[in-house]
Amino acid sequence: MATMNMLQAINNALDIAMAEDEKVICFGEDVGIFGGVFRATSHLQEKFGKSRCFNTPLVEQGIIGFANGLAAQGSVPVAEIQFADYIFPAFDQIVNETAKFRYRSGDLFNVGGLTIRTPYGGGIAGGLYHSQSPEAYFTHTPGLKVVVPRNPYQAKGLLLAAIRDPDPVLFLEPKRLYRAAVGDVPEEDYQLPIGEAEVIKEGTDITVVGWGAQMEVIGKAVELAEEQGIACDVIDLRTLLPWDADTVVESVLKTGRLVVSHEAPLTGGFAGEIAATIQERCFLYLESPIARVTGLDTPFPLVLEKEYMPDHLKIFEAIRESVNF
Amino acid sequence: MTKYVHQPDFMTGDELSIPTFSLLDPEGDLYPGAVEPELERDHARRIYQAMLATRILDERMLAAQRQGRLSFYMQCTGEEAAVVGAAAALNDADMIMAQYREQGALMYRGFSIDEFMNQLFGNDLDYGKGRQMPIHYGSRKLHYMTISSPLATQIPQATGYAYGQKLAGNGHCTLTFFGEGAASEGDFHAALNMASVHQVPVIFFCRNNGYAISTPAVEQFAADGIAPRAFGYHMHVIRVDGNDVLAVYEATRQARKIAVERNQPVLIEAMSYRLAAHSSSDDPSGYRSKDEEEVWRAKDPVLRLQKWLLKKQWWSEEEETTQQETLRREVLETMKRAEKRSSPPLESLISDVYADITPALQRQFDQLKRHIRRYPEAYPRGAASLDLDVGTGTDSQGEA
Ligand SMILES: Cc1ncc(C[n+]2csc(CCOP(=O)(O)OP(=O)(O)O)c2C)c(N)n1
Repeated sequence: MATMNMLQAINNALDIAMAEDEKVICFGEDVGIFGGVFRATSHLQEKFGKSRCFNTPLVEQGIIGFANGLAAQGSVPVAEIQFADYIFPAFDQIVNETAKFRYRSGDLFNVGGLTIRTPYGGGIAGGLYHSQSPEAYFTHTPGLKVVVPRNPYQAKGLLLAAIRDPDPVLFLEPKRLYRAAVGDVPEEDYQLPIGEAEVIKEGTDITVVGWGAQMEVIGKAVELAEEQGIACDVIDLRTLLPWDADTVVESVLKTGRLVVSHEAPLTGGFAGEIAATIQERCFLYLESPIARVTGLDTPFPLVLEKEYMPDHLKIFEAIRESVNF
Repeated sequence: MTKYVHQPDFMTGDELSIPTFSLLDPEGDLYPGAVEPELERDHARRIYQAMLATRILDERMLAAQRQGRLSFYMQCTGEEAAVVGAAAALNDADMIMAQYREQGALMYRGFSIDEFMNQLFGNDLDYGKGRQMPIHYGSRKLHYMTISSPLATQIPQATGYAYGQKLAGNGHCTLTFFGEGAASEGDFHAALNMASVHQVPVIFFCRNNGYAISTPAVEQFAADGIAPRAFGYHMHVIRVDGNDVLAVYEATRQARKIAVERNQPVLIEAMSYRLAAHSSSDDPSGYRSKDEEEVWRAKDPVLRLQKWLLKKQWWSEEEETTQQETLRREVLETMKRAEKRSSPPLESLISDVYADITPALQRQFDQLKRHIRRYPEAYPRGAASLDLDVGTGTDSQGEA
């Protein structure tokens, strides 16, 4: 075991994947000698050479289009988009191409080797163009997998799984935790399953679901709830597409209550999908309305970021209201 | 008219190497054969003062960022001539659509230090209502479009804006600034193509400063810079010494004539160097040498213009000293004022998303206010804003 922050865990996963398989290739804006603006690709160029870890020109549609072609050829590209806010120039390549390659060709061709890594989320005083959580645009896209780790251990295991997964994966990294989240990470190779949620804590009164950076916030809210004698079942979805409905259903059948939290705006957010599925499958077991604690239906603000964010107090209030319904 | 050849003749464009237009040498003397642009004394002084003020603002604000007073800053050090020179050649009512490193243009147009500070500190007087990171300025009054962080998005918008100006027949044009990095984006290519097909009075001004964050120009493009791309779009183009304000001024002045008199787009590539870090979050020692920076420091554009002005006796050493002192003092004083002001009101969270606040937003906002009343100490800004509301009686009572 080693102690790593999330960036080190990601770097370590990339290092292992590149050492194991020479088809793994990392590229994106500033990922070369500089190691990426957050340093997730540090030393990879030094170790594996410029042909396997390199800077691209500044063009996201080019990065993902190139990655699609490279993956179709049989390589295993790990493309970095510098901020999730800047993934939209590549939206066409991801949504129309990456996601549909296998389907439209009757599996003559696929881009399953592709992993797209990108830092997402707020709480870093980044304002509207360095804080977005764009997962919902992509969870609406059949053919993609969407994975969000919550800590260094998860990041390494899930990233290695994503790189080796037979489908293209969008890997959203909670940038607020890049350096803040530190934990034990095995130095050797390991994988965590894609498509499976993890029950982090068991409780009987209410189910609280989230992913990525929200898990830390949920943890604090749950502590507050427990001080009031409320026992929470806490679930990290880890994968949003395809998401593990069974684990959440099983939990809600037990607790009868559900709170879902994400930073992205409420309307059209992924919490809506979860709420709809759970009311469909657990309707008669529900003892209170499913609550969503999310960002507002606005762009992400700067100065009033604290007010905007779905923090532990807002989640705690939702838990309390749910239990006292 | 098709010309046929009967041997395979591949071309690379190397035959079209583009020269760099330069008037002033680093000592502030005109190159032999160079013709001084028609520039009146007061105009030249206005240009210099904007460059100097930009330099001082940048120095002070980076220091403020280092002291933790400001969350983020971006300097345009080394590129003042390119930016101010271009702005100075425009009509003050022409639209400028910038990338983010062009505070010099705004300074030239007369954005006050107070206005800069209000944006930098995101206070209640910030025109952008504290929503964007520092340096995302905008001014309707000064015809300066509010900055957007996603790169290159302003370039096709500039084509569209200028097309509207052409239809309006007001004799104005649009100039859009961008870096050589941003010129890789698809938006750049779309913008140039549409501008030339539709005969649009727009000036595409590329600041080629050698780096896009850590990525050097050689990893950004393989050709001779950005300028040759104009040929592919059948567009006028000029490459200019970006550290020579007279050359930038003259090139842009003539580009503007082509734009407004003939409704044709022009591409300008200004060759310069980003002397500072990319931003206050960047450390260039990780990707370039101090020696390289020193070479460019010797070509300082502010100093170069100052020397020319001194030689013409349009500026004096005493003026230089007093002006620097005055500016430094003004920056510090306005910074103190801006820091002390309150944040934009809580309502600014939900206003301007749409022209009118939607019922869904209103509901979410009412819920947020109830929450802040329950935990005021956790949301000091929101709480302060609510107290104010109660004080002025605009907030509905009895929710808490
Ligand atoms: C679409 C998009 N991708 C990435 C970024 C992140 N980013 C901000 S500035 C920058 C470098 C821009 O370089 P250049 O255009 O050459 O301008 P310079 O900073 O040198 O003035 C990058 C990659 C962004 N803002 N927008």
